[in-house]
Amino acid sequence: MQGYSRPLASLALISLLCMVLSVSIGSAALTLADTWAVLTGAGTPLQQTLVLELRLPRTLSAFATGGLLAVAGALMQVLLRNPLADPYILGLSGGAAVGALFAMLAGLAGVLVSGSAFAGALLATFLVFGLAHGTGSWTPSRLLLTGVVVAAGWGAIITLILAISPARQLPGMLYWLMGDLSHAGSPVPALVLLTMVCGLVFPLGRSLNVLARGALQAAALGVSVRRLEWLIYVLASLLTATAVSMAGSIGFVGLVVPHMLRLVFGNDQRLILPACALAGGSLLVLADTLARVVIAPEQLPVGVITALLGVPTFLYLLYRSR
Amino acid sequence: MNPLQARDLVIDIPGRADGKALNFVIQPGQIWGVLGPNGAGKTTLLHTLAGLRAPRAGEISLGNHPLAHLKRKKVSQQLGLVFQERQDGFPATVLETALIGRHPWLSPWHMETGDDEGIARRSLEQLDLADLSGRLVNTLSGGERQRVAIATVLTQAPDTWLLDEPTNHLDLHHQVSVLQLLTEQAHAGNAIFMCLHDLNLAARWCDHLLLLYPNGDVCWGPAEQMLVPAALERLYGQELLTVEVDGAPVFVPRKTG
Repeated sequence: MQGYSRPLASLALISLLCMVLSVSIGSAALTLADTWAVLTGAGTPLQQTLVLELRLPRTLSAFATGGLLAVAGALMQVLLRNPLADPYILGLSGGAAVGALFAMLAGLAGVLVSGSAFAGALLATFLVFGLAHGTGSWTPSRLLLTGVVVAAGWGAIITLILAISPARQLPGMLYWLMGDLSHAGSPVPALVLLTMVCGLVFPLGRSLNVLARGALQAAALGVSVRRLEWLIYVLASLLTATAVSMAGSIGFVGLVVPHMLRLVFGNDQRLILPACALAGGSLLVLADTLARVVIAPEQLPVGVITALLGVPTFLYLLYRSR
Repeated sequence: MNPLQARDLVIDIPGRADGKALNFVIQPGQIWGVLGPNGAGKTTLLHTLAGLRAPRAGEISLGNHPLAHLKRKKVSQQLGLVFQERQDGFPATVLETALIGRHPWLSPWHMETGDDEGIARRSLEQLDLADLSGRLVNTLSGGERQRVAIATVLTQAPDTWLLDEPTNHLDLHHQVSVLQLLTEQAHAGNAIFMCLHDLNLAARWCDHLLLLYPNGDVCWGPAEQMLVPAALERLYGQELLTVEVDGAPVFVPRKTG
C-alpha cells in the first residue's frame, strides 16, 4: 500500500523526457542541448520563439489533454465498475462533436468552436444522467446502456451534419472528429484542472477503492455511495469536456492508459489516478510528436496515431488477460 | 455497544402483503439465526437492517438513534455485513480485500498503516487464509472467497455482525470453524444475526431464531421455543424427522416416494 513516490517519480521523469523530446523534434530540429538551453533561459531568439511560443504550448496542451482523458477514463471505470469503460462511453464526445460541428457549420472558428464543444459535452452529460436517473433507480448497467444509446444518437447527428456540410468545410470537421491539437489554445486552464483533480483524488482515493468493489459493499463500509458517484460523474465529465474542447475526440488514451497501469500497479486509485495523469500525458505528447513528423510538413490528426497504437495494444492486453 | 433494534418493521418485498411487523432487539452476546425458504426475504431483511434498503414501514435504530439519521461511516463502525453475492470487477489481492475492512476507521487523509495491515493479517490467519494473502481474489474457490468476505468484516470489527449465508460454499470443517469464530465474537460481547440454510447448524449454534415465511408471516424467539417440528415443516413445506443427538434435536428431511 505504501510507496507511491517511486512509481510516480519515474513516471514524472518519463513525462519530462517526452516533453523535452517533443519540443526538440520538428521541421527545424534542435539538439537536446539547444532545447535545454532555451528552457533554462539561454539560446538564440529564433530558438526561443520556436520552442517557447510554438512548440511548448502545443506540447503542454497534448500533455494536459492526454492526462485529462486518462484520469477521466479511470474515474469512469470506477463509476461503472467496468475496467473497459472509457471517458466517451456515455456519449460525451458525441455531444461535444455535435456542438463543435454546428459551430463550424455556422462559420465560427477557434474559441467559439471549443466553447460550443464544451457546451455540447455538458449537454450530453446532463442528458444521459437525467435519463438514467429518471425513476430514481440508478445502476451502472442502466447508466451504461443509456449512455451507449444516446451516443448512437449523437453519431447519427454527426453523420447528418457531415452529409449536409459544404465540401470545403469537411476536412476541418474530419480533423476535429479525429482529434487535433493544432488549435488547442492555452494549456494553462487544463493543466490547473488536472493538478486540482489529482490533489482531490488523494483524500477520495480509498473511498474510490471501496466503491470499485460494488455499491452495496461500499455503503456497508461507510461510503456515501450516491454522493460519491455524483462527484465522480461530474468530475469525469468536466475533465473529458475540457479535453474534448481542446483537441477534439482523441480515442483510446482514456481506455488503454488506465488499463495498462492497473496491470502494472494494481488497483489503488490513489496511485492509479496521478499515474494516469502522467502516463496519459506522456502518451499523447509522443503521439502528437509522431503526428507532426510522420508526413511532415503535413500533420496527421493525433487521434489517428493514438488509435493505431491503442487498438493493437489493447487487443493484446485483452488477449493476454483471458 | 449500541444494540440494533427493529420497531414495527415491515420489509419491502414488491407484490407481497405486509404480514406481521418485526419487533426485536439483537442484544450483545446473542446469536440469531434467520430461517426461511428461498425467496422468503432473508437477504432483503438483512439489507434493510443494515440500512441499505428502505423499509416499507417501521424503524430501525442503533442504540438510541434511528439508523437512517446516522452517518454511514458511524454505522459502519458498529455494523458489519457479509454479503451473499460479491462482485469483483477489478482484480485485488486477498490482503487488499481484507484491508478495506479498515475503511470505516480511517480518516480520508490517512493512509493505511502497518497497524492496519497487522489487523487485516490477523483476521486472515483466523480464517486460515494467511498463505493466500498475496493471491488475487478472483482466482480463489467459492469457499475461500466466502472466508475472505468474513475476514474483511472481522477486520472491520463491528459490534453487530449481519451475515448472509456465511456457511455457503464452505466445507464441513470451515463451516464449524466460522460458526465457532462467530460464537467467540458473541462471547466477547458482540451480536450475531445471520441467515442460514442449514436447519441443523442453526439449531446447534444459534440461541435465537427468526422464521420467515414466504407469505410475510414471521415469528421469532429463543431457539428452543422455535424449533418445533410442525412450525419448521410449515416453513419449508417439507416433512421432517426429528432425532436427538447430544441432547439436541437434529432434523432430517423425510424421503418421499
